[in-house]
Amino acid sequence: MRTALFLLLLLALAAVPGSLFSQRSSDPNGVTQYFAEHPDTAPILDKFQLFDVYTSVWFSAIYLLLFISLIGCVIPRAIHHARALRSRPPRTPVHLERLGTFSASEMKAGQTDAAGVTITAASAIEAARSLLRRSGYRVQLFDTAAKTGTADLSVSAERGYLRETGNLLFHTALICILISVGVGSGFGYTGQRALVVGQAFANVRVSFDSFNPGRFFTDAQLVPYRIVLNSFSATYEEQNTNALGEPIDYTAKVTTYEGDSTEGTKQTIKVNSPLEIGGNQVYLLGNGYAPHITVRDPSGTVVFSEPVIYLAQDANLTSLGIVKIPDGLAKQVGIRSFFYPTVAEASDKTLASVNPDLLNPEISFVMYTGNLGIDSGAPKSVYSLDVSKMTEVAGPDVSTAAIHLKPGQTAQIPGGLGSITFDNMAPANDKQNLEKSVQRFASLDIHRDPTLGWVLFFAICVVLGLLTGLFIPRRRVWVKAVEQKDGGIRLEYAGLARGEDPGLESAVADIATRHSQQLGLRLTP
Amino acid sequence: MTTAALASYSLVAVYSAMAVYLFAFIAYTLDLARRSAEATSNVPVVAEAVRTAGVGTLSSAGTTVLERPAAVREPTPSRRGSVFERVAFALTILGWVLHVGGDVLRGVAAHRVPWANMFEFSLTASAIIVGVFIFVQIWQPLKFLGAYITGFVLIVLGFGTVGFYVDVVPLPPALQSYWLVIHVFVATLGTAFFAVGAGLSVVQLIQTRREHGGLPSLKFMQTFPDSVKLENLAYRVVVVGFVFWTFTLMAGAIWAEHAWGRYWGWDTKEVWTFIIWTIFAGYIHARATRGWRGSRSAWLALIGFGAVMFNFTVVNLYFHGLHAYSGL
Repeated sequence: MRTALFLLLLLALAAVPGSLFSQRSSDPNGVTQYFAEHPDTAPILDKFQLFDVYTSVWFSAIYLLLFISLIGCVIPRAIHHARALRSRPPRTPVHLERLGTFSASEMKAGQTDAAGVTITAASAIEAARSLLRRSGYRVQLFDTAAKTGTADLSVSAERGYLRETGNLLFHTALICILISVGVGSGFGYTGQRALVVGQAFANVRVSFDSFNPGRFFTDAQLVPYRIVLNSFSATYEEQNTNALGEPIDYTAKVTTYEGDSTEGTKQTIKVNSPLEIGGNQVYLLGNGYAPHITVRDPSGTVVFSEPVIYLAQDANLTSLGIVKIPDGLAKQVGIRSFFYPTVAEASDKTLASVNPDLLNPEISFVMYTGNLGIDSGAPKSVYSLDVSKMTEVAGPDVSTAAIHLKPGQTAQIPGGLGSITFDNMAPANDKQNLEKSVQRFASLDIHRDPTLGWVLFFAICVVLGLLTGLFIPRRRVWVKAVEQKDGGIRLEYAGLARGEDPGLESAVADIATRHSQQLGLRLTP
Repeated sequence: MTTAALASYSLVAVYSAMAVYLFAFIAYTLDLARRSAEATSNVPVVAEAVRTAGVGTLSSAGTTVLERPAAVREPTPSRRGSVFERVAFALTILGWVLHVGGDVLRGVAAHRVPWANMFEFSLTASAIIVGVFIFVQIWQPLKFLGAYITGFVLIVLGFGTVGFYVDVVPLPPALQSYWLVIHVFVATLGTAFFAVGAGLSVVQLIQTRREHGGLPSLKFMQTFPDSVKLENLAYRVVVVGFVFWTFTLMAGAIWAEHAWGRYWGWDTKEVWTFIIWTIFAGYIHARATRGWRGSRSAWLALIGFGAVMFNFTVVNLYFHGLHAYSGL
C-alpha cells in the first residue's frame, strides 16, 4: 500500500510539467515557438524530455512501476479471494465482547416464542441462521458445547464478498485499459486529409496529407473505400451582437463508396458526430477556404490552376496559403499569400479579416522568384515556403507592392513572368454572389483504433468495480446463544468490519432487533 | 422575453442570493461565537464515544420480555442548534433558492444548460455545493461547516460575477453535444463533494491540533465532532466525489473521442483532471496505509481540492489547450 501510495503521488507530480510546457503530441507549434523564443534553454529541457513528458523515460518508468506493483498486489489478492469465495465463514471467536461492535442480552429459562414453543439455544441460533441467510450472509453453525459443559451454539456469518470482487475488477480493468491502449496504438493509425468541396478521398496511403501509423501497422489494414465531399457549410452567428461571427455549425455532406462499389451513400459529418466507415472513424476537425488560383505564362498558357488550401490563422479566418510554380514560367515562382474572407483595413494600413464569412473576400500576394529548393527531390511541406534562395519581387520589402485581388480579378506577375488570377467560382449566372465565389475545404481526421471498444468496456468495468469496491460493506456478524447454568440463555451479537464500513453498528443492532422479534421477544431498554 | 432581459434577471437573482448568503455567513459566525460560550460554560463537553456493553435481564413472567442494555451506539452530542444556527440555515436555504433560480434563468436565457463557460460553471458549481451542504444534513448534522460553505460560495460567486461574467453567446460546434449536459454536470457534482470534504478536512486538522493541546482559543471546536469522526465523515464525502470524478474523466474521454477524434490526448485540462484523480486515488489508499491516516490523509484531501481549484481557475485562464471554453 505504501508503495502504491508513493507511486500514485509521484505520478501526479510527474504529470504536472506536461501541462506547463507545450507537448509535441498535443501542441507541436507551441514547441517550435518555444525553441524559437528560448534557444538556450529549450535544448536542455528537451534533453529531459519535457516536451514529450507522457512518453518520456521517467514518466513511463513511474507508471510502469505502478502497474507492476499493481499486478504484484492483484494476483495474490485474487488467489486469496478465490479461496475465500469457496470457504465457509470462520470459527466464532471465543470472546465476542472483545470485538468493536458487541451487544448481549439474557433471558430466563423456559421462555416460549410466539408459537408457544420453548426457546432453546438451538432454536435461537437456527432463527439467527435463517435471518442472516435471508439478509444475504453466508452462514456457518458452530457448536462449542464440549468445552464449556453447557450448550454454546453460534452462527458465524459473512457478507460483502462483492466488495473485494469489485476492488479486484477495478484494478484489473485499469491494467486492461493500459494494455488495450498500447495494443490500439500499435495496430491503429491516424491520418489527415483536407478535401476541397468536390474532391474525393480514397483510403490508400498516398491519399493522406499526413499519416501516423502504429508500430505494427501494414498497408493491408487499409480497408478500401472512397469519400466525396459534396458540400461544406459553415454557419456563423448574425443576430447576437455579443457573438457576431462566432461559429454555430459546421456540416460536411459526403457520399461514401464502400470497397469498389459504385453505389454511393449520402452521409453527413459534423463536429460531434463522426462518420463510421470500413472500421474507421472519420472526424470533421477543421475547415477553411480554398481559393482557386490560376497562373498563366505570358502567352496565356495555364501553368497552374487549382484550389489552394489556405490555413486559418485566427478566428475570423485570416488564412495563409502557399503557391509554388516550379515549372512553366521563366523562373521558379513562390507565392505567400493571405486570404481575408471579409477584408478590412486597420488604422495602421494593415489588412485583417473581421468576419469569418465570405462578405468581402480578398487575397494579398507576396511573390518571390528564384530557387524553390524542391528540385533535389527532398520532401517539403506544401504549407511552407523556403525563401532563403529566393528574391522578393512584390511585397512589403520591395518597391513593387503586394498584389491585391478580389474574386475574378487578374494581375501581372512582376518581371513579365506571366499573370495570376483569383478565380470567381460562383456559377456563371450568379457571379455577383460573393458568398459562392470561394470554395471551402473540410479537414478530415481518419482514425483506426482497433481496441476502442475494449477501452470503453474496461472503462465501464472500472466504474462498476469502483462502485462495488467502495460502497458494498464487507462484514462479519456472529450470533451466539450460551445456555446458562440456571437454564437461561444468553444471546450475544457482534460484528467486525473488513474495510470501510460506517454502517456496521446499526447493521448489528438491526440484526439483534430482528432476531429477538423473530423469537417473539420484546426488548425493553 | 428577450435573452438579455432574462440574463439580467438571472444576475439580479444571483446578487440577491449573494446578499442572503452574506447574512447567513454572519449568522454562522455568530453561532460559532455562541458555541465558544457554550463550551466554556459546561466543561467538559467533549463527546467521547462510550461503549456500553452491559447485560440486560428478563423481567416478569407471562409476557416474554427481553431486557437489553442501552443500544451500543455512539452518543451524538445532543445539541440542538442555537438560534443563530437555525436562522443561518434558513437563510442558506433562502439564498440557495434564489441562487438556483438565477442559475435556471440563465439557462432559459441561453436556451441550454447553464454551464458552458466559466461564469456559468461557477454559478452552477456553487449552487451544487450549497445544495450538497443542505441535503447532506439529512444524513449527518454538518451545519458547523456553514460558515466555510457560505464563505467559500460567496468568494466563488464574487469571482464569477465580477471576473468571469460574459453575455449569453451561442455554443461553438464542439460543445453542441449531450455530453455537455452529462460530463460537465458530473464534474460540478464531484467538485461540490470535494469542496464539502475539504471543509471537513480543515476542521479535522484544527481538531487534531486542539486534541493535542494546541489552539486553546478555539473553544467552539469542543462542540464539533472529534477528529476521528471528522476524518470518517470527510472520507465518506470525498469517496462520493471521487466516483463522480472518475465518471467525469470517462465521460470526458468519450466526448473527446466524438469531438476531437481521440479519447485521450494529454490536453492540459485532461492532464489536470488526471492529476486530481491520482491525488484522490492516493487519498483513498492513504486510508489503508499505516501511518497515513489522520492528518496526512487530510492534507492529501486538501491538496486534491487545491488542484481542483487550480484546474478551474489557472488552467482555464492561463494554460493553452483544447478546453478553451472559459468565454473570456
